[in-house]
Amino acid sequence: MGETEEKPDFVFNRIGRRALGGFYYVGGMTLLLASAVTWTFRGLFTRRVSFRPQALAEQMIRVGVKSLGIVILVQTFIGIIIALQMEPALAEWGQQAMVSNIIGVAGFRMLGPIITAVVLSGFAGASIAAEIGTMVVSEEIEALEAIALNPVRFLVVPRVLATLIMMILLTVVADLMIALGGYVAALTVLGPTVHQGYWDRMSTQLMFSDFYTGLIMSGVFGLLISLIACHEGLQVKGGAEGVGKATTMTVVYSIVAIVMAAVVFTAIFYVFVWN
Amino acid sequence: MTLQPQSVATNQPEGEQPVIRVRDLVKTFDRRVLDGVNLDVHKGETMVIMGGSGCGKSTLLRHLIASLRPDSGGIELFGQDLIKLDHEQLDNVRRRFGILFQSGALFNSMTVGENVALPLREHTSLDDDTIDIMVRIKLELVGMRHAVHLMPAELSGGMKKRAGLARAIALDPEILFYDEPSAGLDPVTSAQIDQLMMDLAKKLGVTTVVVTHEMDSAFRIADRMAMLDKGRMLKVAPRAEFEAIRDADPTGDFTNDLIRQFLRGDSTGPLTSRRKNSGYEEDILDAAGM
Repeated sequence: MGETEEKPDFVFNRIGRRALGGFYYVGGMTLLLASAVTWTFRGLFTRRVSFRPQALAEQMIRVGVKSLGIVILVQTFIGIIIALQMEPALAEWGQQAMVSNIIGVAGFRMLGPIITAVVLSGFAGASIAAEIGTMVVSEEIEALEAIALNPVRFLVVPRVLATLIMMILLTVVADLMIALGGYVAALTVLGPTVHQGYWDRMSTQLMFSDFYTGLIMSGVFGLLISLIACHEGLQVKGGAEGVGKATTMTVVYSIVAIVMAAVVFTAIFYVFVWN
Repeated sequence: MTLQPQSVATNQPEGEQPVIRVRDLVKTFDRRVLDGVNLDVHKGETMVIMGGSGCGKSTLLRHLIASLRPDSGGIELFGQDLIKLDHEQLDNVRRRFGILFQSGALFNSMTVGENVALPLREHTSLDDDTIDIMVRIKLELVGMRHAVHLMPAELSGGMKKRAGLARAIALDPEILFYDEPSAGLDPVTSAQIDQLMMDLAKKLGVTTVVVTHEMDSAFRIADRMAMLDKGRMLKVAPRAEFEAIRDADPTGDFTNDLIRQFLRGDSTGPLTSRRKNSGYEEDILDAAGM
């Protein structure tokens, strides 16, 4: 060993580094969000920056329309699963008819938004990160800047807006599919106590606030997924390996961010809306 | 910061303001990549910046196109200090130059024609028909009119560079930057790209800045040449002076011998002996734990 001993890497050092890294990450995301919002407003309200509705439409098709099938499939199954899981437990109390009430509340408030978000983070988030990351590697981002086109305006804004809008629309579909999945399970397996008056009980149980709080959450999830994907993509270093890492990390960070946001918003809605 | 043009020796006509002026440029990443670089490029000339891998020439180019900001020093394009400009002013400067990246950097989601059309669509108020005509004119200039509907993935390396060049000249730039234009090309294609660069310089009257380590290509196209080494500008001189150094015998002058070794591509000389000897003993002692 040489004369300069390396300092031991204490646990606290590592925790500190992680925490700092986390702050940097959130800071970078916030700056990206601020920049995206600024460019959106400049695009909408000033003449000199065109809004590019065609790019937005392209991204909405890529993010939304292409994941529609998967969302329908997954959410129908989720509806079936909850119905089959809840019925025996409720039957002990003679309350199996309440399956539809539970599916309504759980689906509209949380499962519709959150499962759709998880699907979309794998489907759209990963592909956005890979696409932008590849553009970084092949010097396309630098080329955009060199022809005086801002990458945030040109790439990030249409992707963030498209994910936000499509996430909300897909959640509406998801809510309905969960309810439908429960009904299918009731109709085929659970019997008339559950499926007779299924829709009536659900609509009596549900309030408009159940619906819109879910949509607010899904909007937040959409924002998080797209910002994380763009941020990861733009940060890519070191060729194809970097792109692969960005894609993986997008899904990981997105899911963590989605769950964290879900906790925060559930707490807020619990205190201010649902009670 | 004040600029002191007299501190740099240039062999240029008196009185004319350089189009590009770099003063005492310093940039540090994990080590000092640019260490007080000075350079003037004059209107209409072709300047070749050369140097070995990691000498800082790509970093210098990225400063010139405002893609990196220096730690200190000044970069002027068209008399405007890039560091003092806000985003909008910077974009106005960017519209006045074009760059051909090493890989061509075509947007892979668009056809060749759409690539060339993009700057025209975004920065001019021309209608679609006029843009279509302009795109064909630019592609014809680089001999790629037949490829207007092809996707970048369908093109060879040389064709990608040509298409990238067509996009770079879309807005009729006053300066054209080239990053390693011969890299990854066969000798014939490389010579064709050189010819194209010279044609464009002549036809369009643009100022040309080329970063390369391909000496054949450098001597073909350069009016003046600049040699970077370890982040420092060793020499800026007309091509003839570099040719004289290349063809002369070693003089014992370290700088000249180093340049000569680079220009000739010799395997022995000051460049390599410096690389071989530095830190060798320390390294061995360190490995032995002493």
